[in-house]
Amino acid sequence: METELTLRVDGATHHLRVDTRTSLLDALRQRLGATSPKKGCDHGQCGACTVLVGGRRILGCLALAVAYDGAEVTTAAGLAPGPDEDHPVHRAFVDHDAFQCGYCTPGQVCSAVGVLDELERGWPSAATADVAGGPDLGDPEALDREIAERMSGNLCRCGAYKGIRAALAEVAEGVRR
Amino acid sequence: MTATLEPRAIGRGLARRDGGAKVRGVAIYADETPVPDPLFCRIVQATVARGRVSDVDTAGATALDGVVGVMTSTEAERLASTDDAELAVLQGTEVGFRGQIVAAVLAETDEVAREAADLVRVTYAEEQADARLSADRGDLYTPESVNPTYPPDTHEGDVAAAMAEAPVTVEQTYTTPMHHNNPMEPHATTALWEDGHLTLWDSTQGVHPVRQTVTQIFGLEPEQVRVVCPYVGGGFGSKGNPHANVIMAAMAARAVPGRPVRLALTRQQMFSLAGYRTPTIQRMQLAAERDGTLRGIAIDVVEQTSRIKEFAEQTGVPTRNMYAAPNRRTTHRLAALDVPVPSWMRAPGECPGMFGPEVAMDELAAELGLDPVELRIRNEPEVDPETGKPFSSRNLVACLREGAARFGWAGRDHRPGMRLEDGWWVGTGVAASVYPTMRMPKSTATVTYDGGRYVARIGAADLGTGTWTVLPQIAADALDVPVEDVDVLIGDTDHPEASVAGGSSGTTTWGSALVEAVREFRDKYGEDPHDGDAASGSVNPNAAEEDYVMSAFGAQFAEVRVHADTGEVRVPRLYGVFAAGRIVNPRLARSQFLGGMTMGLGMALHEQSLLDPRTGHVVNHDLAEYHVPANADVDDLQAHWVDEDDPYVNAMGSKGIGEIGIVGTAAAVANAAWHATGVRVRDLPVTLDRVLPAR
Ligand code: FES
Ligand code: FES
Repeated sequence: METELTLRVDGATHHLRVDTRTSLLDALRQRLGATSPKKGCDHGQCGACTVLVGGRRILGCLALAVAYDGAEVTTAAGLAPGPDEDHPVHRAFVDHDAFQCGYCTPGQVCSAVGVLDELERGWPSAATADVAGGPDLGDPEALDREIAERMSGNLCRCGAYKGIRAALAEVAEGVRR
Repeated sequence: MTATLEPRAIGRGLARRDGGAKVRGVAIYADETPVPDPLFCRIVQATVARGRVSDVDTAGATALDGVVGVMTSTEAERLASTDDAELAVLQGTEVGFRGQIVAAVLAETDEVAREAADLVRVTYAEEQADARLSADRGDLYTPESVNPTYPPDTHEGDVAAAMAEAPVTVEQTYTTPMHHNNPMEPHATTALWEDGHLTLWDSTQGVHPVRQTVTQIFGLEPEQVRVVCPYVGGGFGSKGNPHANVIMAAMAARAVPGRPVRLALTRQQMFSLAGYRTPTIQRMQLAAERDGTLRGIAIDVVEQTSRIKEFAEQTGVPTRNMYAAPNRRTTHRLAALDVPVPSWMRAPGECPGMFGPEVAMDELAAELGLDPVELRIRNEPEVDPETGKPFSSRNLVACLREGAARFGWAGRDHRPGMRLEDGWWVGTGVAASVYPTMRMPKSTATVTYDGGRYVARIGAADLGTGTWTVLPQIAADALDVPVEDVDVLIGDTDHPEASVAGGSSGTTTWGSALVEAVREFRDKYGEDPHDGDAASGSVNPNAAEEDYVMSAFGAQFAEVRVHADTGEVRVPRLYGVFAAGRIVNPRLARSQFLGGMTMGLGMALHEQSLLDPRTGHVVNHDLAEYHVPANADVDDLQAHWVDEDDPYVNAMGSKGIGEIGIVGTAAAVANAAWHATGVRVRDLPVTLDRVLPAR
């Protein structure tokens, strides 16, 4: 069975017809050629397919495209304000060499942007000491624990975790200031 | 001895040239290659480990709208070469292992292809499978050689006599489980057969090796096959050789001329088709004097291969070169089982083969009441114990000392199970790392001058290793021009032939080819070339290999905490210090070392593929059940290196760094877990059920 839907991806509007079984990830990658989000497992186990919908991170492989009719999807390719500009997370990832092969990276970058937003909103995580008070961004060690916890859904087989943590901490510092 | 390049760009921690593309996700990987109107190929895998396919019912699949074809061994084209049973896809009805490709579906969309693959009904005449590895099997055999070409066994002196006479001995068996590489990018190919010409956009560690295999198997000329791979989403050895999926993709494309075909393995399929590290059983013997001097050292290895194709992991090989001892023995025995075909995984040989020996050394140190760092220093050989040749450079002792200083090893109480802090047993451990410095025999580069820039071409690969960035640094120093003026193009068989990115040999091999090409170029055109001037050069054999043994060394230090009630194991600190020649790009090298150590942490704590011997099936075949380290598993992780000036290895003065980081990590962690709890874990991984102190 097929159905029609509209997706806004990185600012561009697309009307498409998809098999109703199509995941959001496959709609992006296979129908629209938006291959910034990657497929590492197709089962919600690796985070490579992470995109932002309405600013919140979701796993594209666990989302059915039909459930996202009209949604505003942002991939790592669409985060920068302009084609020749960087998002601060992009820059920090390159500076801290927060990747090697680059395959998990667009998912990490989207996740990172989502995490920074969660932290700014004061949302707690399993690593938050005072759940009611929210994450303690003033304490570098607490911040590191928050980042490690919140980024643990994005696997990196190249083992770039240290760089990823440093990159996020740097951007989080900037956000706080 | 080669003249070592004056380092100007070499040694600088330049950011990755492909960084901007990767952080945006616009670097194109194999399955994403923009092609018009592709078909999707999905494979059907054997559900028995041994037997014959008696019938394939394709009716349900072909009846689906959008299915273009179903390929079985009856319809599939006959291959020109079927010598390699792993790659003889759909050439017969015999099943060699569970998960083997027995059919494939081509369809207009991925969803339809997947549904159709589910509808293919395969019937088997099943035979009793034999998939249980054990050291007691009666049919273990000695392979002719172990990977790649080492003799399987070595003997010197009499280890049995040394064991009988020595005042202190260690005799234990250690095991490492089956491991899967699991690069984040699943193995994938986009293939197009058009006008007698095959193009493969393949995720591979070597475009030329893929072309060579594919031309052989399909009986094509090299000019008929182009393989392209600018970026690889990790490989760690599993993409070092083309596996059956690549042949399947090419075969599917040849069945639909003019139509591109995409074939990406699923994560689950990778556990039977993309290679893996064999489980190993390592019987260790150490015979020592009271002062720790080794009189004898032996490792007897039992491991598995597939009944249809041999791969013999060289697990015993590092023991040949590590420590001095007059009496020595290393042996390898294989069981040929009804299991998937094992292959390369990061540091084959060294990685599993430095677990048993390095834990045994820790056990010996404990027996002697000696500092395990000191024990290793006392057994440091003057020359390579196996060949008697000197090492071109060997700085294991410097790594041990530097690591001990950084880690705060001095004053360690060597007794185990003594430190309980806030409900956690705390301990520290050390182990040594080693990895040979390899150079592949074939690689060629060209250098062209064009519009004020130098452009070098070589069919090399960047699997996250930094080739896009590091080769320009080498070329720039060879040319004596700013690195900004140099481009190096890789990842395409249209470029000159390059060797596989394996054995940590890439920078040595390709860099040497570049240096030769530059020398030719300067000889021909001098310092002031004209547009279009071009020259090529190839890697030469290293004459110094006759006289010297070349290896990188390292030392890893781990702190382990084991929760006294739950047995949860944490590694709050893991420091590695390496001696690996000159570091071409510190920023990228650090990532390589840390990445290797992180994978070693996974080996220590999490990774094990559980193969059900009754069915030959890896039951935990996904990333929810085959655990690799996640972000929060990594804590204070540090990589350092000692300066090493080695004039013999190559013009860059560099040694391979991609694999050594995983070597020794698991032993350091297991040793630290013992120091924490007093429980000696000899079977990886160090899980809570194994390490919790008995009460
Ligand atoms: S591809 Fe979606 S989580 Fe792995
Ligand atoms: S950069 Fe390779 S998997 Fe993360």
